[in-house]
Amino acid sequence: MSEAVIAGTVVFVLASFVGFEVIAKVPPTLHTPLMSGANAISGITIVGAITAASLGSGTTASILGLLAIITATINVVGGFMVTDRMLEMFKRKPSPRSAQDEAGEA
Amino acid sequence: MIELSYLAAAVLFIVGLKRLGHPKTARSGNGLAALGMLWAVVVTLIDLGTVSWGIVIVGVVIGAVVGAVLARRVQMTSMPELVAAFNGFGGSASAFVALAETLRADPSTLSVETGITTVFSVVVGSLTLSGSFIAYGKLQGLIAGRPIGFAGTNAINLLVALTTLGVGVWATLAGTMLPYWILAGLGLALGVLAVLPIGGADMPVVISLLNSASGLAASSAGFVIGNSALIIGGALVGAAGLILSVLMSDAMNRSLANVLFSKFGGGDASGPSGDAASVKRATVEDVAIALGYADNVVVVPGYGMAVAQAQHALRDVAQSLEARGVSVTYAIHPVAGRMPGHMNVLLAEADVPYEQLLDLEESNPRFSQTDVVIVVGANDVVNPSARNDAGSPIYGMPILDVDNARTVVVIKRSLSPGFAGIDNPLFYQDNTMMLFADAKVALEGLVRAVANV
Repeated sequence: MSEAVIAGTVVFVLASFVGFEVIAKVPPTLHTPLMSGANAISGITIVGAITAASLGSGTTASILGLLAIITATINVVGGFMVTDRMLEMFKRKPSPRSAQDEAGEA
Repeated sequence: MIELSYLAAAVLFIVGLKRLGHPKTARSGNGLAALGMLWAVVVTLIDLGTVSWGIVIVGVVIGAVVGAVLARRVQMTSMPELVAAFNGFGGSASAFVALAETLRADPSTLSVETGITTVFSVVVGSLTLSGSFIAYGKLQGLIAGRPIGFAGTNAINLLVALTTLGVGVWATLAGTMLPYWILAGLGLALGVLAVLPIGGADMPVVISLLNSASGLAASSAGFVIGNSALIIGGALVGAAGLILSVLMSDAMNRSLANVLFSKFGGGDASGPSGDAASVKRATVEDVAIALGYADNVVVVPGYGMAVAQAQHALRDVAQSLEARGVSVTYAIHPVAGRMPGHMNVLLAEADVPYEQLLDLEESNPRFSQTDVVIVVGANDVVNPSARNDAGSPIYGMPILDVDNARTVVVIKRSLSPGFAGIDNPLFYQDNTMMLFADAKVALEGLVRAVANV
């Protein structure tokens, strides 16, 4: 195996353990935001997409690069934004609004 | 230098995830992770020097607009679908990256290791794409939520999996592009075949697993292009998704393999087997009286609440009860809904303070001292058969022991069994009142009726 692959494997295994340790005790209340935030992090592939689009030559490679950038950006931007939207709701203090105030909204 | 810059991004991801684990710091954690992402993109652009700005700008603008619109417009009840869709996009991006890189590098020059990681990212990435969109279709009701399958499904899946393995070996040895394209197709087929036979109620496990898969796809794409940011970010997500998948299948007392391959709940929805005559039908007024004179009430929400968009009406009922001095808490089963934490998000949207939400372990000892339990659109997670009928398919699954409460109110559209096609003895108990109605309509009626008690 090449040194790069070995180094990559070391990084991968250690990062997985860090992931397990960091996430193992998250309370159920936060499971959905955690998942959608983690999901946004998996959009890190956007970095690869930009690299592939810039280094590639030929129409097929450019199309693949463009598709990769679009889908990765949807993942990143949408993922972080929707997580923030959810967490904003979690943070909000229970309002003393009465039931009637919200009848129109429901 | 670029490696150190990526390390900084990775640290931001890890600190961000850590902070996402506590209610008070979660929002800043998400912000830190987003900052790490922005940092990684900026240093990549600087490091590349020559960037195809046209492609990058067009791609980022389209992606950002689509992502932002989806994130702002989505109803909280549709959150599982959206997370599934985002998983799919992320997975496909990793497959595209691996394919583009292989095209660029010329497949005949690839080392065996690079070949293997490319095969892996193409297959896992496309599997994540198709699997996520099948899950999306099931959650949206575009595809039947029940398990879809036929005799020999597992044999066909095995055949496709073995073919994929064979083509993968071909790809790493042949040094041509053709097998990689075939692998993308096989990956798409595997995703469809794997998710179609899984029932709607198992979606929390499926979505967590697809989340994990999108991370692994990103990580292996990192190996392909030699980028440590992808390897680390992907590994973190892979671990997060796997933990949640295991938590969810534990909550159903089943193994991951059982969820994936058993076509659980495949039975045709048979009619209720219990004696319908012993069911106590209640009116909204009956329930209002029971609630209004209770000291404490526990609410058990389920997927039916999400479908009926009843979380605001539920909160209104709780507030009118609290105004009368009734203590109200919520008991949340880990697999209630269609994704981990689904109910918590909906109740948070309705301004229910998270301190009032109790998990399975906290809730169960309290039911024997509970005056009234309201079950809103939940079924299998409160089915006592799981505890005392060794012949039941859900036997052994940890449930909320609501049958121990003095009175149980079940708000449900009909007596039809849940996804597993299993009848629920709870409905026929002497202390159970059945309120047959749409959850939202029933709860809105309850708000008015409680005011008149």
